[in-house]
Amino acid sequence: MTPPLLEARDVGKVFGSVIALRGVSMLVRQGEVTCVLGDNGAGKSTLIKILAGVHVQDSGEYLLDGTPVRLGGPREALDRGIATVYQDLAMIPLMSVWRNFFLGSEPVTGPLRRFDVARAKRVAREELRAMGIDIRDVDQPVGTLSGGERQSVAIARAVYFGARVLILDEPTSALGVRQAGVVLRYVARARDRGLGVVFITHNPHHAFPVGDRFLLLNRGTSLGQFDKADITRDELTSLMAGGAELDQLAHELGREIPAGSAPEDTDGPPVSGVP
Amino acid sequence: MTSVAADERIAGAGWPRRLLIRPELGSVVGAVTVFAFFSSQSAVFRSADGVANWLDPASTLGIMAVAIALLMIGGEFDLSAGVLTGTTGLVMVTLATKYGWNVWAAMLAGLVLALAIGFANGLLVVRTKLPSFIVTLGTFLMLQGLNLGVTKALTGTVQVSGLRRAEGYEGARALLAGSVTVGGVDIRVAIFWWLGVTALATWVLMRSRAGNWIFAVGGDEQAARAVGVPAARTKIALFMTTATAAWLVGSIMALRFTSVQANSGIGQEFIYIIAAVIGGCLLTGGYGSAIGASIGAVIFGMADKGIVFAGWDADWFKFFLGAMLLLATLANRLVRRYAEEVRR
Repeated sequence: MTPPLLEARDVGKVFGSVIALRGVSMLVRQGEVTCVLGDNGAGKSTLIKILAGVHVQDSGEYLLDGTPVRLGGPREALDRGIATVYQDLAMIPLMSVWRNFFLGSEPVTGPLRRFDVARAKRVAREELRAMGIDIRDVDQPVGTLSGGERQSVAIARAVYFGARVLILDEPTSALGVRQAGVVLRYVARARDRGLGVVFITHNPHHAFPVGDRFLLLNRGTSLGQFDKADITRDELTSLMAGGAELDQLAHELGREIPAGSAPEDTDGPPVSGVP
Repeated sequence: MTSVAADERIAGAGWPRRLLIRPELGSVVGAVTVFAFFSSQSAVFRSADGVANWLDPASTLGIMAVAIALLMIGGEFDLSAGVLTGTTGLVMVTLATKYGWNVWAAMLAGLVLALAIGFANGLLVVRTKLPSFIVTLGTFLMLQGLNLGVTKALTGTVQVSGLRRAEGYEGARALLAGSVTVGGVDIRVAIFWWLGVTALATWVLMRSRAGNWIFAVGGDEQAARAVGVPAARTKIALFMTTATAAWLVGSIMALRFTSVQANSGIGQEFIYIIAAVIGGCLLTGGYGSAIGASIGAVIFGMADKGIVFAGWDADWFKFFLGAMLLLATLANRLVRRYAEEVRR
């Protein structure tokens, strides 16, 4: 079997006296989605910053295509095909869609190395359409797009620039149900185009329909990595919320949650939860 | 323009709205209003000679306003730009008159110094992450002190003069500070430099990679960095551009008057910023236009000379500036809000 596109083995990171991450392992294969789930402070951000080349791990190994690497920075990660879309850093609101789309990798033409504006507009329009993203006008400022549209444009951009691994930092957390569904559809589409996707979220209802593999983090350590076949949505939710804690909470609030009472709405829309 | 069929919903976004969301709009309306007003007050003002007359102050101001506009779009300020025009002029005239340098060599020395100061400003801003307002306020005061102190120490007075006798003066003057006669009207060559600078800056902003980076670092520096834009380099280059413009204007002024006062350029830094803001630059960065800044400078030139043509007291000029600034900023804000709302 081919080695995974990206793999972390027993990765740890310490900031001063704070152990942000300890002994976390995960992997992403081509055409698969690995979801990283955890509550606030679980170490999700630290993990993706290591994967994205912002931080270097203090312990453990980081492998690309089976080879250990030490990334020198976000630019190197990008050059190796690891694109990260941050929740709030994705786009520059005052700039047009096409300017944002090519920001940092502008196509040039002619002896003066002119920014090839016509081509940039055309490609941006074509690529967005190829991803099924419906943008009225590539000239409009990104600030006038909805949150879901912005995330989608950022995903289309990463796909166009040859990303092999797409890291999405909480792309759905600030969105409503419908908008989140739109973004999840593009996550699936990026996966179908053969990318490996790392999808960070604290919402198991967003993760479960699209994920192939689930890494659960809690207080900087791994609760385990599960294949979709080995875990149900309820188990995921319960693990995610710290099962015992949730039972305790339910007890305190005065009503028992009968085991397995959450509806198995397999026929329902792929997204059933609001953050 | 492109082979891909446009989305059918764009049909609604017709030319009026496309025109309205141009950052230059406020300044164009202002310039037309001011021109109409002074034209009705004075026949000389609207004559060809009159136009050449008020374009002259607009030109040197315009060169600076365009450079400051680029810097402001990139999200930074430069308060030392005004006093730097004095510094470069002083260096050039001092080297040419006290030390017998050729004028061209003295100008080159001024350029090297300006680039060094621009680089230092930029480096301090990107390294310390302090607001450029504070950093360049510091450089502004330091240069102001140096200009006075060094000039006094060298000449015993507060000005350097006598550039006319220096070697190479005539050629340099013809290139930067002379005038040409077109159709019986004397036009200062500085006006052509200004037009050239505006065209170049517009090209860089709209049609080069660097232009995209300037909008990006001013719009959201972190986001720009995250997609691989060399933010620090872009900002330092912008400060060096401003310094180069200051050198050009300082040289033009020194060659025109053949002498430089030690306090020259002080107080101009805010006029540059005002012209850029009238031209549609946001104080918060990420938005603006070089052409707009140039039109802002034209409004200044018209007001500056128009008040004289109309036979009024020149004291009214400052009041006029303040009113213009407020009106333009309000108009820009309203227009932008309208444009963004209808686009949704």
